[in-house]
Amino acid sequence: MAATAAVSGKRRVSKRQLRDWIAGYLFASPFIIGFSVFIAFPMFYSVYLIFVEWDLLRPPVFVGFANLAQMFKDPKVNLSLYNSAFYTIFAVPIQLTISFTLALALTQKIRFRDFYRAGFYMPIIVPLVASAVVWQRVLHPEFGILNEALGWFGIEPRMWLFEPRLTKPAFIFMSFWMIGRQMVIFIAGLGSIPESLKEAASLDGAGTFGRLRYVILPLMTPLIFYNMVIAIINSFQSFVPAMIMTEGGPQDATLFVVLNIYRNAFQYFNMGYASALAWELFVIVVGFTLFQFYLSRRWVYYEEGE
Amino acid sequence: MTMRSDRQAQGALATDWQSTSADPQAGSVLRPRLDDKSRSGWEIARLAVLQVFMTLLVITFLVPTFWMISSSLKVSTEVFAHPIVWLPQDPHWNNYVKAFQLLPLTRFIYNTLIIVLFAVVGTVVSSALVAYSFARISWPGRNFWFALLLATMMLPDVVTLVPRFLIFKNLKWIDTWLPLIVPYWAGIGAIYVFLMRQFFRGIPMELEDAAEIDGASRIRVLVQILLPLSKPVIATVAVFALLQHYNDFMNPLIYINSMDKWPLALGIRAYNDSYTQNWEVVFAASTVMLAPMVAIFLVAQRYFVQGIAMTGFGGR
Repeated sequence: MAATAAVSGKRRVSKRQLRDWIAGYLFASPFIIGFSVFIAFPMFYSVYLIFVEWDLLRPPVFVGFANLAQMFKDPKVNLSLYNSAFYTIFAVPIQLTISFTLALALTQKIRFRDFYRAGFYMPIIVPLVASAVVWQRVLHPEFGILNEALGWFGIEPRMWLFEPRLTKPAFIFMSFWMIGRQMVIFIAGLGSIPESLKEAASLDGAGTFGRLRYVILPLMTPLIFYNMVIAIINSFQSFVPAMIMTEGGPQDATLFVVLNIYRNAFQYFNMGYASALAWELFVIVVGFTLFQFYLSRRWVYYEEGE
Repeated sequence: MTMRSDRQAQGALATDWQSTSADPQAGSVLRPRLDDKSRSGWEIARLAVLQVFMTLLVITFLVPTFWMISSSLKVSTEVFAHPIVWLPQDPHWNNYVKAFQLLPLTRFIYNTLIIVLFAVVGTVVSSALVAYSFARISWPGRNFWFALLLATMMLPDVVTLVPRFLIFKNLKWIDTWLPLIVPYWAGIGAIYVFLMRQFFRGIPMELEDAAEIDGASRIRVLVQILLPLSKPVIATVAVFALLQHYNDFMNPLIYINSMDKWPLALGIRAYNDSYTQNWEVVFAASTVMLAPMVAIFLVAQRYFVQGIAMTGFGGR
């Protein structure tokens, strides 16, 4: 900006600039204070907490690396990581496939497109607690509509939320219901692909799939990447469905990472141990996100310039 | 780094599904031929199949919600009937009366209203102030703080969960609404600040320059010139913050103990836990929680869609 250039050009700070600086800090002060109080300080504080044992009744006791050592061999922790990873690895790619396919279909010349879009989007406006309550019953072995519908095709009823083998798949299936967000982003992206590019591809002899493969998909990679990063972050932090529908069961099949952290902190009151687990999740999520940004250079296409 | 993907998301800002569907080129993504003969028999058949398939699929997506609402009006024998009763014989509104009697549902609604109102106003006010600073004033350290703001978008909330609880416990804020409101007055909703900043930057400076020459203070420039021009982004931020706070389950779960201070999210869980045999009552309470969202969605549809298209983040 021009003003910044002026600052570096001149050594002396004019009165006006000084006023700007003060105003700048004043207007930004909610964030500066908020960041310090609600983000930076808690993060440092939780680093300290990793090394203490604290049940909130007695004063904290310094335990060194005991929490970390315990964390790496705690079967529940490893199970919760496995559960979250399983959920994420299967849910996210299928979610992206469904939402992308829906977006493609809903940018075709069919009737009632607005209705379809609103319909697929609708589950997003159902409050998460309410949708967990409904899905608990959708998946009910005796009176749920899923088993009823499967029965029409001669499929035997299943104990979705009561059989450890089936619970995670049921959760993954439920997550497909909530892809409206991703779909809207994809539709927005598809709408902004220049017609001229598609025409050029057709003139070069590209068919329907050729255009999809060589024009549409490459142009959509930034949005696919964006949706993927966010879906992975959200999936790893999924909490409400497991808390409401199964309370982590059966046999810990839906004990996801955040649920495990919540329990350690607010049911067992192990503040130190819970902080260690939270940092483990933090390292995994941020590490994974950075890794994706690194990989994205190989497959995500950005237009030159802007 | 986050900038890139956000710029993408920001591109989506300009869209809502009404305008995309009016856009002629949006419809032709996979059209096999671009000449006038494209609507051949094959093409028509393909679109017809797609039409049927989409209809079936959208019905499938709507069924759980429909089932919830219709079951909230059933008598218990209809809820547990085989085969499924899709529509109650005659709507049993008494389930709603029961829902309001069994637990203090009116109280939950009132609590939610207050919490969401203060949290959303705080989000809008603080985001506007901070965004103005990042967009319009040059001050040393601005880029540093802005980078920090963007970095917080990648931060999993869980890492500050325990220490924040301890801070609020020290402040004696446990079992009050303050932890659900105060942090949101501090402009730490990075995505909201970012959206507003981008929007402010798109507004020409001339008006503000003129006002400043006339000696208007910066706060007056923001309130009287910039904000009136920023209604779309304010609405988007407000609707999206509304969704976030209305949905929020974990924070109330951690901070609010007394039932008379619970928001709806905790209330619905209580119905679910306490009335396991009365599905119709649980469904009625859930429908009560859903209703305002549907109403707001119908009124402010485009802001919902913009909010989602812009961020994809949210309290999930």
